[in-house]
Amino acid sequence: MLERVDVFMTGVGGQGVIMASDILAEVALATGYDVKKTDSLGMAQRGGSVTSHVRMAEKVFSPMITQGGADFLVAFERLEAVRFSGLLRPEGIAIVDSAAVLPLSVINEGYHYPSIDEVWESLSAITRRVCVLPAMEMATTLGNPRACSVLYLGFLSVFLEIPERIWLDEIRKHLPQRLHEVNLAAFGAGVEVARERPKDEGE
Amino acid sequence: MKQLLSGNEAIALGAYHAGVRVASAYPGTPSTEILENLARFHDVYAEWSINEKVALEVGLGAAIGGVRALVSMKHVGLNVAADAFFAASMVGVRGGLVVVSADDPGIHSSQNEQDNRHYGRFAKVPMLEPSDSQEAYSLMAPAFRLSEELDSPILVRTTTRISHGKSVVDVNGDRPEVGPPPPFVHSPSKYVMVPSYARRRHSLTEQRMLRAAQLFEEFPLNEVVWGDRKLGVISAGVAYQYAREAFPQASFLKLVTTYPPPQRLIRSFAAEVETLLVVEELDPFLEELIKSMGIAVEGKALFPITGELNTQIVLQGAMKAGLVSGTPAEAAATTPASNSLPPRPPLLCPGCPHRGVAYVLGRLGFGPKGSIPGTRVGGRRGKQWHIVTSDIGCYTLMVNSPLFAIDSCVCMGASIGMAHGLEKAGVAEKTVAVLGDSTFMHAGIPGLVNMVYNRSHSTVIVLDNQTTAMTGHQGHPAAGRSARNEEAPRVDIAELAGGIGVKDVNVISAFNLKEIEGAIRRCTANDEPSVVVVRGACPLYERIGGTALRVNEERCNGCKLCLDIGCPAITFDGDKACIVPATCVGESCALCFQVCARKAIEKAGD
Repeated sequence: MLERVDVFMTGVGGQGVIMASDILAEVALATGYDVKKTDSLGMAQRGGSVTSHVRMAEKVFSPMITQGGADFLVAFERLEAVRFSGLLRPEGIAIVDSAAVLPLSVINEGYHYPSIDEVWESLSAITRRVCVLPAMEMATTLGNPRACSVLYLGFLSVFLEIPERIWLDEIRKHLPQRLHEVNLAAFGAGVEVARERPKDEGE
Repeated sequence: MKQLLSGNEAIALGAYHAGVRVASAYPGTPSTEILENLARFHDVYAEWSINEKVALEVGLGAAIGGVRALVSMKHVGLNVAADAFFAASMVGVRGGLVVVSADDPGIHSSQNEQDNRHYGRFAKVPMLEPSDSQEAYSLMAPAFRLSEELDSPILVRTTTRISHGKSVVDVNGDRPEVGPPPPFVHSPSKYVMVPSYARRRHSLTEQRMLRAAQLFEEFPLNEVVWGDRKLGVISAGVAYQYAREAFPQASFLKLVTTYPPPQRLIRSFAAEVETLLVVEELDPFLEELIKSMGIAVEGKALFPITGELNTQIVLQGAMKAGLVSGTPAEAAATTPASNSLPPRPPLLCPGCPHRGVAYVLGRLGFGPKGSIPGTRVGGRRGKQWHIVTSDIGCYTLMVNSPLFAIDSCVCMGASIGMAHGLEKAGVAEKTVAVLGDSTFMHAGIPGLVNMVYNRSHSTVIVLDNQTTAMTGHQGHPAAGRSARNEEAPRVDIAELAGGIGVKDVNVISAFNLKEIEGAIRRCTANDEPSVVVVRGACPLYERIGGTALRVNEERCNGCKLCLDIGCPAITFDGDKACIVPATCVGESCALCFQVCARKAIEKAGD
């Protein structure tokens, strides 16, 4: 019996949210899960909020995760983490990039952009299992900022009972050969961060 | 073999395995990928037609030629194709004809959320609705068979969550051998709808719907799931999935055949359950059909008629009515309480060729009159007032801050007719229509002919980015790219306008603000119809990249003038502008360079 896992991903158009959730869904299928995935992209190609729901279980009905139901909230950008924090279940795991991507409404219309402390505060009301990490920066250091989407998958993999071989196979299948090295390194970096992070007080 | 497929991929593959030979469509979210996927098969003829009406006529022609044809479109596309759709219902088919309408509840990327199930009833066309990708795949072969057996087009209705959502499909079919079309059968009494023949066809249409209702009683994809018989739920499409999750104990009748409804099946299910509930998105379509059968049923009294449903909304409605235990408070709305958070609406991309026109329109005083609090409205900067009617495409984003450049966006091609209508109404302002190249080909040409014929003075700006950008870069006649992205004969919009009789035709660059301003000023002062074709490639299509521009911090005084162009690559670092190197497309755009009054923005090598 495969345990139900609901993963909600969010970020800004162009960051790789859809690619990450595509790989995750394929990994789930290859593991033997029933899986559904649905995205919200809005109208434009770039720049707006993007969300993706990936649900895996023995049998999945609704493609959308319910409010307070996500086991994982993966936010490629911290404002979007706060915006969609209501989807996270109590004591679910939140993974948030510390990088700031300011929307025009902050620069031009005086809206307040949340500080990292405020993001912590907002997520801590729901769970103690919050990890803010510089994924984009780490991926940039590895050679490609876009590899951060695979870095998150590495992080997630530590919490899911899915053989590493399946993850690596699907990453290779989804990406052109020239990007394999940097992305496999990013996956490894994600695994490392997840393993090294301090044990949750709640566990 | 199990595959993870979107509903659109599944429809394409199902149609391929059902032997489809001709596919036609006009791109429209969330339907676009159906044709894109069919175009990958070299033994299917696939085309982007100029609009949905033509696409449907192409499909009908192929079908009466004796081959299987698929026509796909978004919900509002079926409005454009409605004339042909009703006609196809009358004349029927020879080879199977399947029309896919992809609806958009929740208005993810549309101008409305009309419920196209009404078209099944309205046009008397049997209708099928998949509830996941597996059904989308599995229903294609029966859809084509039914079309041929009933001598009728079949409507397959999906929604955004079905078309774009991915789920697991057991792909168990294969492409059959598809031979050349059979000899054409001349049959004027079937295909020539003069009144005497049309009356006969109408009777046959009515008989066909009775036969369809009978066949639907035994349709294998309709399914009864018995659980607790206190609550029985009738549902279809993605709403069925929400209902299954909301009521794990209940009994279900999942319908794939939603019109005409299988009445015996519905009656026998209803008789077995204490309380009957219909869970459906948008209109009470099934609910009214079931009520008209004299069966008591709950539906829209509990669930919203607008927007998408989800598991929580369904549960909430049922709790309020006391159908399941729990209090509605347990089921919160999915939208987080985020009103105080900074909005992040979609923007025109960095390097977008529409930005220059939007900025100039604002500067010249086009756009909404009056001010919007807290913002620097484009219209306030100009002295003369103009009205800008716009259209369906990426440039609709010109409505947002800080561009505020358009007054209307209604339906495909409407910009031109409405500009002309405003002018003829006698408004004091100059009227300007703004639409894209693909939209111009789709529905703009008749409007322009009308302007010339009726002596209009309005100006039409065609934003020519050489692709259908918003739906993901599909070819169209003025781009000269086919559905397989091969070179195709190209229609020149400027020459076309000249041929129609427009004398004042201008072709200018999308990235030269002075040129844009000059052309618009001159054209709007004219007493004749004028066309401005603004050429500039979509940076996401052409993958334009260059060395990013940069801000000279010593010269920048933080005036924020550069923010008026609404470029996502420009941000502020403290009190100085800065340009994000990874997103700036470089000097092929350089609009910020042109608007900076202090020459603080520099190109590489300056």
